[in-house]
Amino acid sequence: MLEETGPEWLSEEVKTGTTIIAIEFDGGVVLGSDSRVSAGSSVVNRVMNKLSPLHDKIYCALSGSAADAQTIAEMVNYQLDVHSQKIHLIPFFLFLQSLHFIYYMSLNRHLFNGNLIGWQTGVFATLNGLLTRQPFAVGGSGSSYVYGFVDAEYRKGMNKEECQQFVVNTLSLAMNRDGSSGGVAYIVSIDEHGTEEKVILGNDLPTFFDQ
Amino acid sequence: SMLKETGPEWLSEEVKTGTTIIAIEFDGGVVLGSDSRVSAGSSVVNRVMNKLSPLHDKIYCALSGSAADAQTIAEMVNYQLDVHSLEIDEDPQVRSAATLVRNISYKYKEELSAHLIVAGWDRKNKGQVFATLNGLLTRQPFAVGGSGSSYVYGFVDAEYRKGMNKEECQQFVVNTLSLAMNRDGSSGGVAYIVSIDEHGTEEKVILGNDLPTFFDQ
Repeated sequence: MLEETGPEWLSEEVKTGTTIIAIEFDGGVVLGSDSRVSAGSSVVNRVMNKLSPLHDKIYCALSGSAADAQTIAEMVNYQLDVHSQKIHLIPFFLFLQSLHFIYYMSLNRHLFNGNLIGWQTGVFATLNGLLTRQPFAVGGSGSSYVYGFVDAEYRKGMNKEECQQFVVNTLSLAMNRDGSSGGVAYIVSIDEHGTEEKVILGNDLPTFFDQ
Repeated sequence: SMLKETGPEWLSEEVKTGTTIIAIEFDGGVVLGSDSRVSAGSSVVNRVMNKLSPLHDKIYCALSGSAADAQTIAEMVNYQLDVHSLEIDEDPQVRSAATLVRNISYKYKEELSAHLIVAGWDRKNKGQVFATLNGLLTRQPFAVGGSGSSYVYGFVDAEYRKGMNKEECQQFVVNTLSLAMNRDGSSGGVAYIVSIDEHGTEEKVILGNDLPTFFDQ
């Protein structure tokens, strides 16, 4: 470098590098995320909660450009507040899809690579504007490293505690391998009784053979 | 969009072994595994290529990256090891083979784009696995490589345990390959497994249908 460019975090885009996961069980869902926000190789926030409420019992997990993902989450949260007065939640996922498509087209394509996973009687992945319901979904840069793990370990019919353990194990493995994921693990469990938010600090995360 | 006829992709794209490769040590030997897909862009130019290449009777290497580069390195080292073992009048050590691979990878690191995992058995140190990525040399309990390896880091981190025996290692290798081949577009085909211990070297092929399946299959 011939010229003083200043610290990286002033010029690099802020991204939630991220590992996010959501999984459905009989009666609810569990969402999980790491807590690292990076700008280039700087960690600008090490305790960010990437699980964002869209409604009382609907959450989304953010990944990609932090600004884009947060903006989408806030816009959808507002729209749901307004429309939950009028519409029942049943056509909700169609509504979410149309919202997502509209916003995808009008946002700057270079910036937008957000990936939201929300719940309404299930887990939905919305990568790049598609909408698909899945038994579970993983996303973010850290997800590549755990595809093998989740493919091998997922079983149908897990209960809530097993899902929480599955989420925590997956996050821990991804955070160990992905430089853009790390910090603490945020877990949100949603069922008919309510929504429960939990934080698992670094030392309390499960360890594996090389630690 | 193309204005000119460029011909089929496989004439212009570099041939790469997209690949998933893995090697793991057990008490008394090693197990190596690989997929069998060779791609040029999005064409599969060979669906049954064995990427586990012998460097000596009880030392194998697993090839990934540019097919030409990886094969050339393996052939050069195979030759150099033959000479070396004549000079010392006994079977070469695994570390010697890995060092020869590393020396080529390091010296030509700007020109080459291949990663070889070297694994084998010798009398002095029994089973050993060496990674030689980018010209380093490091002995590890197990190593994964190739484009498919990214998808199974989580799985191998979770499932690896010290003190597995030969059959458990073979199962570990087969499961890992199967998971990676399902997720990586550049890995696929059949699974080749090589098991090396003091008694000898055993090569095995596991055809597509016989690979373990997981929840979405």
